[in-house]
Amino acid sequence: MKKRNIPDPVPFVFNGKLKKSLAIAAAIGLIALLWGVFISQAPASRIWANLWINAHMFLFLGLGALFFWTVNVLGESTWQINIQRILESMSLTIPFAIILFVIAFPGMKDLFEWTHTDNLDRILQEKTGYLNIPFWMARFAFYFILWSFFAYYLRRISIRNDYHPNEKYLGKIRSTSGWFMVFFAISSSMAAWDWLMSIDAHWFSTLYGWYIFSSMFVASLAVIILITLAFKHFNILPNVNTEHLHDLGKYLFGFSIFWTYLWLSQYLLIWYSNIPEETIYYVERVNNFETLFYLNVIINFLFPFIALMTRNSKRQPIVLAIVAIIVLLGHYIDLYLAVIPGAVGHEHAKIGLLEIGLPFFYIALFLAIVFVFFEKAKPVPENHPYFIESSNYENI
Amino acid sequence: MKSIVYGHFTDEIDLLEAVKELQNKGIKIDDVRTPFPIHGLDNVLKLPRSRLPKLAFVAGAIGGAGGLLFQIWVFTKAWPLVIGGKPFLSIPSFIPVTFELTVLFAAFAMVIGFLVSSNLGPGSIPDILDEEVTNDHFQIVLSNINNTMPDTDLANALAATGALGVKNIKTEN
Repeated sequence: MKKRNIPDPVPFVFNGKLKKSLAIAAAIGLIALLWGVFISQAPASRIWANLWINAHMFLFLGLGALFFWTVNVLGESTWQINIQRILESMSLTIPFAIILFVIAFPGMKDLFEWTHTDNLDRILQEKTGYLNIPFWMARFAFYFILWSFFAYYLRRISIRNDYHPNEKYLGKIRSTSGWFMVFFAISSSMAAWDWLMSIDAHWFSTLYGWYIFSSMFVASLAVIILITLAFKHFNILPNVNTEHLHDLGKYLFGFSIFWTYLWLSQYLLIWYSNIPEETIYYVERVNNFETLFYLNVIINFLFPFIALMTRNSKRQPIVLAIVAIIVLLGHYIDLYLAVIPGAVGHEHAKIGLLEIGLPFFYIALFLAIVFVFFEKAKPVPENHPYFIESSNYENI
Repeated sequence: MKSIVYGHFTDEIDLLEAVKELQNKGIKIDDVRTPFPIHGLDNVLKLPRSRLPKLAFVAGAIGGAGGLLFQIWVFTKAWPLVIGGKPFLSIPSFIPVTFELTVLFAAFAMVIGFLVSSNLGPGSIPDILDEEVTNDHFQIVLSNINNTMPDTDLANALAATGALGVKNIKTEN
């Protein structure tokens, strides 16, 4: 095997400088929120909707990482072992997302029309069997408890293998991943109905769960790439090389196309059949959010499609970083388009300091949690049976 | 006259080591034949990058643009039809066909390009020195075209790397 000149790993320290910059970012987010609440005279629905969007983005990054980890375990792939601790740390943010969702609960009346139980039209009355607050809350708790359980349990097995290496842990992680995947397949779709599709409660789309899932996975991949690039840059993960970046780039490229496929499938069928109860969703968005609607497709499909097409661009850290940042922004816009037209309406919807500033708070919180958990464990699972194979990994 | 020296390995790690060993001795390797792709072998042999991706891009672009333009021509000029009350020029409904034609053209170009560039497919005469290569053996092929050494030295160098069944054959072409 070819020997590479691998520098010694630099231990990751979540130091004062890093904490300070994250605190500044969080402060920007809080100022934006305070500005939105007290100065901007924005309607309450716009503030709740922004909290709702950002809570989703926060959850999606962690949940996408947990999905990515388990899907690689089930596929018995080996290359990702070097970045596994990033995936683990990211998935451990899931329980914290509960708090961010609960913060937005007082705004449910503003976000969801179906919660106005005293004044429901016939369509919504017929949906009360599924869309009622007690059942909704029970499902909310159910998803979160199981997602958090899987994230913590898998992490615990993975850490235990560092100190008491045993082959049985590999099988345990694999079988747990299998159960998670079964649960995730159903819960990710249902969560998308509950939390996002029910904002436009009169409208429905059978593809919606998958569409949100694809958006989630691409956003999460973008963040995985950015954190991996940063850790590689500072030699925290010296074993991560161009081959691993190439694979992450392929994932980002492929799943951007997958997202477009689902976006078009949903749009095309509704556009073609032209049934008013279905088209209302797109009429609202195409007429009143025209720029964002087309921008969404351009920066989430055309841009990564062209920018990541060649092999060299996937192996260039700087190109990969730029694409990841822009695609992440693109999926924030995608989520914005999913929530705002239904919850706020085009009369009050704006992109102001609130929309631009608030995400900084959530990014800072997300990164702080990821860094805390990353610092706690060894930067790579050294005793994982596939570790050496992962370090020597090469694309053909 | 061409003189070919070849030897076999049963393990791809040994093969990679042998290739490096021969290269260190200044011997140029004609070809390595394996039943499946080996990680890192392309780099060691310093093979140029395949041109198939470029071919796929060009063919895909032709298929996509051609498919889209053809549909636009058919539905606006040649045979306009009202379908579901939509305008004649409805780009969204052209997208699936455009996509499929892009994939079709790119896939056909890749398959045909691959068959042509690796001398496979109907009518080709396979150049197999030993049928074990199609099963579980890895073969290194040397020849006097690229090397100035006498054949016996080549054979000895190859055998020294651990190759099994080193043979020397002479062909007319």
